[in-house]
Amino acid sequence: MTRGPSAFNRISIGLGLAFLYAPIVLLVVYSFNSSRAVNVWAGFSTRWYETLFANDQLMAALWMTLRVGALSASIATVLGVLAAIALVRGGFFRGRAVFSGMVYAPLVMPEVITGLSLLLLFVAIGLARGFWTVVLAHATFTLSFVTVAVRARLMTFDRSLEEAAQDLGSPPWRAFFEVTLPNIAPAVAGGWALAFILSLDDLVIASFTSGPGSTTLPMRIYSAVRLGVSPEINAISTLLIGSVAMAIVIYGVVRARKTA
Amino acid sequence: MKQIGAVRSSFAPWNDPASVPLVRFEGVTKRFGDMTAVDDVSLSIYEREFFALLGPSGCGKTTLMRMLAGFETPDAGRITLGGEDLAGIPPHKRPVNMMFQSYAIFPHLNVEKNVAFGLRMEGMEKSAVKARVEEMLALVKLEKLGARMPHQLSGGQRQRVALARALAKKPKLLLLDEPLAALDKKLREETQFELTDLQVELGMTFLIVTHDQDEAMVLADRIAVMDHGRIVQTGTPGEVYEAPANRQVAEFLGDMNIFEAVVDSVEPPMARLSGEGMKFFVQDDDCPAAGSKVFLSVRPEKMRISLDPPPAKTPNVIAGEIWDIGYLGDWTTYLVEIAPDRRVRVAQANATRHVERPMSWDDKVFVSFDPDAGVVLTS
Repeated sequence: MTRGPSAFNRISIGLGLAFLYAPIVLLVVYSFNSSRAVNVWAGFSTRWYETLFANDQLMAALWMTLRVGALSASIATVLGVLAAIALVRGGFFRGRAVFSGMVYAPLVMPEVITGLSLLLLFVAIGLARGFWTVVLAHATFTLSFVTVAVRARLMTFDRSLEEAAQDLGSPPWRAFFEVTLPNIAPAVAGGWALAFILSLDDLVIASFTSGPGSTTLPMRIYSAVRLGVSPEINAISTLLIGSVAMAIVIYGVVRARKTA
Repeated sequence: MKQIGAVRSSFAPWNDPASVPLVRFEGVTKRFGDMTAVDDVSLSIYEREFFALLGPSGCGKTTLMRMLAGFETPDAGRITLGGEDLAGIPPHKRPVNMMFQSYAIFPHLNVEKNVAFGLRMEGMEKSAVKARVEEMLALVKLEKLGARMPHQLSGGQRQRVALARALAKKPKLLLLDEPLAALDKKLREETQFELTDLQVELGMTFLIVTHDQDEAMVLADRIAVMDHGRIVQTGTPGEVYEAPANRQVAEFLGDMNIFEAVVDSVEPPMARLSGEGMKFFVQDDDCPAAGSKVFLSVRPEKMRISLDPPPAKTPNVIAGEIWDIGYLGDWTTYLVEIAPDRRVRVAQANATRHVERPMSWDDKVFVSFDPDAGVVLTS
């Protein structure tokens, strides 16, 4: 008879979790440090959160990041869903294999190269670097993630549901919105969330494609850290971690309730 | 014309030259790459008819139905519905509804909303939709389950939802793609009778696609037997069962014993045949001339089996030995070996509970059949 995990399993799980989360826990703990020094614990305080909200530069960067993330994720989701439909439903068209391969290329492309090539493109077509170039760049590299998520879902989607909708009198576009979309919605939402988080994360591509006045939060943090780690950075990172964790929990609860 | 099989009242518009078909296939052909799925099919279906397309999987019956629904386009030929050519009319504009084999119930909508879907697309007023949905759910006896989600339903209930949804728009023609295939035997039989009742009650035209001959026979007014994209025979269940057009139809519908024979002499309506070392005396109006090579086909249930030899001068007696017995309760099937590796199938209804001397394996038996029990086929 087995009673839960063995000692060996327990130790493995403990070590694995420690490996993943120790740095994050440290960061969270130090965000509540009353001392400015990063490595000396001087007591609990929320003063860094107060100065953080007073720091216009950081707040502007956060706002910029959220806007870039939301907008680029939305663009990537629309294009990614369309690409997934073309790949799954398009039947056999010339260059299908090439197209499906090309959609996935950004998944394995080094970020530096993606960033550099986008920069070259924007310069070549004379597009001034700023908010929109970052949005476009992020939409470009997150699109393939959306496509992968939605494609998997579409492949298992029963095509006759769409046919039934058409048979009952809805034109193809309406059948898509009334039947297909609600049924692939979890994958679409998941794809959007993934694209949003990837955009939030990104430092390299944003560095290549942003211009003056479009500094994102990772860029701001990175440049701030080069001048020395400030507890404010710990505080904003803690807030980011908290909101991502909350989003994941909400998503899980909603899904669990839907299938219950 | 001689009536054979079960005959439903006097409904037979196909015999009336004045009646106009509701659906007409005229030389319809459909190819997928090198494969010809439907090959030059011409077919008429009349209003209020329950019509079955019967055939093995891959025979083109589903493709034929999907062309009617608008999901496939014929490569050649014409399909008309109520006199109107359907070419170029997309599925959502055809006055035809389909019940899918998978049922295709929308998983994100509850039962009521599933049934209401087609009415909503039509732009029907809300109160009218509500009334119609209630009417349809009552029709399929699901009144109490309107708020259920599809995953909370049993297979039989899902089938009813699919049916109610397809009927809700009161289409001119209802297409049913293997509607009962997913149900267990008992439920399937019950549902078969309900479907026929429903069709008569609603006065609608039903076209069903099935590979199950029992289903086609029970449900349909007429059956078209399909194979390799062609229609091999069209007729009432009685006609296709008792007067099959060829060996293919004969063997596809039920069991059939087939003897290869040559016609010795013909004195209409009687004929003498010989083959496989036996003499046959049969009654068939359409027997070909003496010397023709034919196939005498006899259904197992039209043969008799006995331990004692039948009286002298009884025609068509074959001696043999019981090789195997299949006891089904209501029927017993005997496989009788009449020559080395040559067996015939005889079926007998178990009309009584006790038999003095039941037949057993290796018993010497006599198989016989009446002159009018067999059909002479030429191909």
